[in-house]
Amino acid sequence: MSTQTLVGEKESGAKPTVVNDFSIQVATINGSGSQSSNSVLMRAIFQMGVPVSGKNLFPSNIQGLPTWFTIRASKDSYIARKRDVDMLVAMNPQTAREDVQSLKPGSAVVYEQSLGLDNVRDDVVFYPVPFAELAKDVIDEPRLRKLLANMIYVGVVGQLLSIEKEEIRAAITKQFKAKAKAVELNVKAINVGFDYAEKKLTKADPLEIERMNETAGKILIDGNAAGALGSMFNGVTVVTWYPITPSSSLVESLIDYMKVYRIDEKTGKATFAVVQAEDELAAIGMVLGAGWAGARSLTSTSGPGISLMSEFVGLGYFAEIPAVIWNIQRVGPSTGLPTRTAQGDVLSTYLLSHGDTKHILLFPSSVAECFEFGGTSFDLAERFQTPVFVMSDLDLGMNIWMSDAFEYPEKPIDRGKVLDAEALAKVDDWGRYKDVDGDGIPHRTLPGTNHPGAAYFTRGSGHNDYAEYTERPEDYEKTMMRLSRKFDTARNAVPGPVLDEVDGAKIGLIGYGTTHWAIVESRDQLRNESDLAASYLRIRALPFNDELEAFVSKYDRVYVIEQNRDAQMLQLIRLELAHRPELLAKLSSVLHFAGHPIDARSVTEELVAQEYPAE
Amino acid sequence: MSTTAKQPPAPPKKVNRLGLAQADYRGKPSTLCKGCGHDSISNQLIKAFYEYGVEPHRVAKLSGIGCSSKTPAYFLSKSHGFNAVHGRMPSVATGAVLANRDLVAVGVSGDGDTASIGIGQFVHLLRRNLPIVYIVENNGVYGLTKGQFSATADLGSKLKTGVVNELPAVDLCGLAVELGATYVARSFAGDPKQVVTLMKGAFGHSGTAVLDIISPCVTFNNHAGSTKSYTWGKENEELIQDVGFVPFFDEIDVDYDEGEAKKVKLHDGSSIILKKLERDYDPTNRRKALELLLDSDEKKQFLTGLIYLDTKKENLIELLDVVDEPLATLPLDRVRPPKSALDDVMESLK
Repeated sequence: MSTQTLVGEKESGAKPTVVNDFSIQVATINGSGSQSSNSVLMRAIFQMGVPVSGKNLFPSNIQGLPTWFTIRASKDSYIARKRDVDMLVAMNPQTAREDVQSLKPGSAVVYEQSLGLDNVRDDVVFYPVPFAELAKDVIDEPRLRKLLANMIYVGVVGQLLSIEKEEIRAAITKQFKAKAKAVELNVKAINVGFDYAEKKLTKADPLEIERMNETAGKILIDGNAAGALGSMFNGVTVVTWYPITPSSSLVESLIDYMKVYRIDEKTGKATFAVVQAEDELAAIGMVLGAGWAGARSLTSTSGPGISLMSEFVGLGYFAEIPAVIWNIQRVGPSTGLPTRTAQGDVLSTYLLSHGDTKHILLFPSSVAECFEFGGTSFDLAERFQTPVFVMSDLDLGMNIWMSDAFEYPEKPIDRGKVLDAEALAKVDDWGRYKDVDGDGIPHRTLPGTNHPGAAYFTRGSGHNDYAEYTERPEDYEKTMMRLSRKFDTARNAVPGPVLDEVDGAKIGLIGYGTTHWAIVESRDQLRNESDLAASYLRIRALPFNDELEAFVSKYDRVYVIEQNRDAQMLQLIRLELAHRPELLAKLSSVLHFAGHPIDARSVTEELVAQEYPAE
Repeated sequence: MSTTAKQPPAPPKKVNRLGLAQADYRGKPSTLCKGCGHDSISNQLIKAFYEYGVEPHRVAKLSGIGCSSKTPAYFLSKSHGFNAVHGRMPSVATGAVLANRDLVAVGVSGDGDTASIGIGQFVHLLRRNLPIVYIVENNGVYGLTKGQFSATADLGSKLKTGVVNELPAVDLCGLAVELGATYVARSFAGDPKQVVTLMKGAFGHSGTAVLDIISPCVTFNNHAGSTKSYTWGKENEELIQDVGFVPFFDEIDVDYDEGEAKKVKLHDGSSIILKKLERDYDPTNRRKALELLLDSDEKKQFLTGLIYLDTKKENLIELLDVVDEPLATLPLDRVRPPKSALDDVMESLK
């Protein structure tokens, strides 16, 4: 993209335009109510038929610290973060100068006039707007005036970018729903902004929104809400949680949805139970208790919570109890950067707990996959009688993504190998941990089963096929080897990788989770800019299946692209392919782990640097 | 007080109302030390379940880690059991009962499991008033790790090695009353009659029933200088009241003199009969219950009996207003909203 237009160029008459392919960043102070304004702006562009994505970069704080919201419009439907900002809306005095300094030449800056930013540099386009003054025309009440100042910038930006006023009005109505007074005030604010821009500002940047038809039928949703919906439509009944950013909104959305859609019509009672636990230890304990008793049960957490759940997860693995744990990853170690995104828990979650443990991990890349895995996770947990982790991240979980509408799950759910009283009556010599089917998965009974032989004793200590306490070496080995066999069975039961191979490609890319969107865009950049074709394998779950080895075998060099420091997925791939040392030499990494969502440009630059080291 | 059975069809002698023998409630042989108080409590549980006539398959036995937590293997072999992680049985029990409200949850824990590592989960269990019978087999000492003090060891009590406990004890009953348990009793493993009666009362109760049962550790804490020994217990036990229990299926008229005994109806229609002894005590008064506990602590008394009872407070399941059937086994059409629901949601996001 070229953003060469400078202020002075306007007079020359040459007016290159950049249509539907740029980023707007709004810099504000958190707690100032800018979230509604940003949503309205984003939705208005969306309603113009232009693909959008929104990224909220916010501090771990309630009020008073800098926050940035980036809206990307992309005619090509790229929804990864765009590294460079094309238009800045500078509302925060604390960061305004730095924000302006970080722009590429030619960018546009809409700013609060009193900040006097126009002396910071002379190679960007400045649009001073007296927001605070203008807000006085809208309302007298000082607190509301601040909020409305934010809505005024939507009007200004809307006018500058040729966003239709009617679409902004529609977005406001959607945002504030039935609150007529709020709608009226906000529309008034928009008009003030629009009018000001029309009368006082001279358009001198190339950015424009033009109506397209690329968003019909699409939805805007965050991954946490999508995961909540997927769980609700796949029979979750017991939900436990302890609030932690960025996972809380998954359960909060779930509660909101279930209060509407999961109330028994006849009795008015809930077909679910939600408990806010005293900590993550209790949250996972409740999930295991419920899973043991036969419920589809989930909890949602993030890094610190995962660490706390470690002991119980080992019990779930060893005693073979279904559980679903959403890990909305954030930046660690320790408290880390609680409001920034990462894929830093791959290794620790895969092997969570002491002793020989390993777990099924699902890696959704999209909100649609969050919805889908809401069901897949339960099917796998109950089929394999083990904790299953859904490895989302802050970027996917909390940011707003455009997606096709979710498809209603038509297929029945898989409750796994559960023997009720009737089935048990037909079984000779049932043993809770006996591998009758040769797949490593035993048959279980639920507490409450009315059969004299149904009971067994669940324990995290050594046990034999009949769930009896044992310390005998051969019993222990037998159990551990069966668990390993069970894990092998899972290889071909979890969602397999998604392959996109290109004829003649010499290199392969491997990615997972939110890294996907940067890879999609980067592959286009590599092809268009460097004539470099790259095949792509997107991992959707652990354990791996054979497709991984086949993929790596095919290409000269294979790059694993991920958002952590230690190349965690690459390490697991190395373990997986250890029996083929010639493949290991092909593997290298592209890493991105500073807390911002990964972007295509960074990936492309790194890949080009590694592919053409001499240049 | 005299009791007369109105409806005589008493079940044949050796079986209960379900036609089950006491042997049907037994477990595996205990592996605890001979004479352990915990074994006595297991036996009382067998007796109480048998006499009350609970269907074994409806019971979920849950425990944490420690000597006490091993005991669910030693009673009710026909019930599902769950030996969880140390101090965290309450959360597992909570999940199990949420999943299946028909389960009769019996938690067995120890003083280390409850008052030290598990105190966080214990207090929140109390707050939630989960329907569960929560038994603390309290011996003031860690047995399985060979005799360290626990947080319920009394100030000044002595270990076999001569070490003196310098920290005050956690009073589990006080904690339970204060934080919302609705059936709080203290008893002594050496007083089986009282233990069985309090257990049966707890079965009839719908909410968190805490039974703090002093249970001597014959190996590490049964010597002179211990305040959790058989000798100390026998010499110092002082009954708050004489507790009687009438199950819902025995319609027995109890005649008693006003002021001598009090009859409290439990959730399932059973009754607890509290006969006055030395003191005038009303266990339905929370303020009085806390006062009694503070008094007995000051006077170094070992009071046993029903300390507190609240039959009105909602339990967690009622509070959450869940459907009457177990959530775990609701059919798919009741837990998967129709396609129109998803269409609604999708429309709102467009």
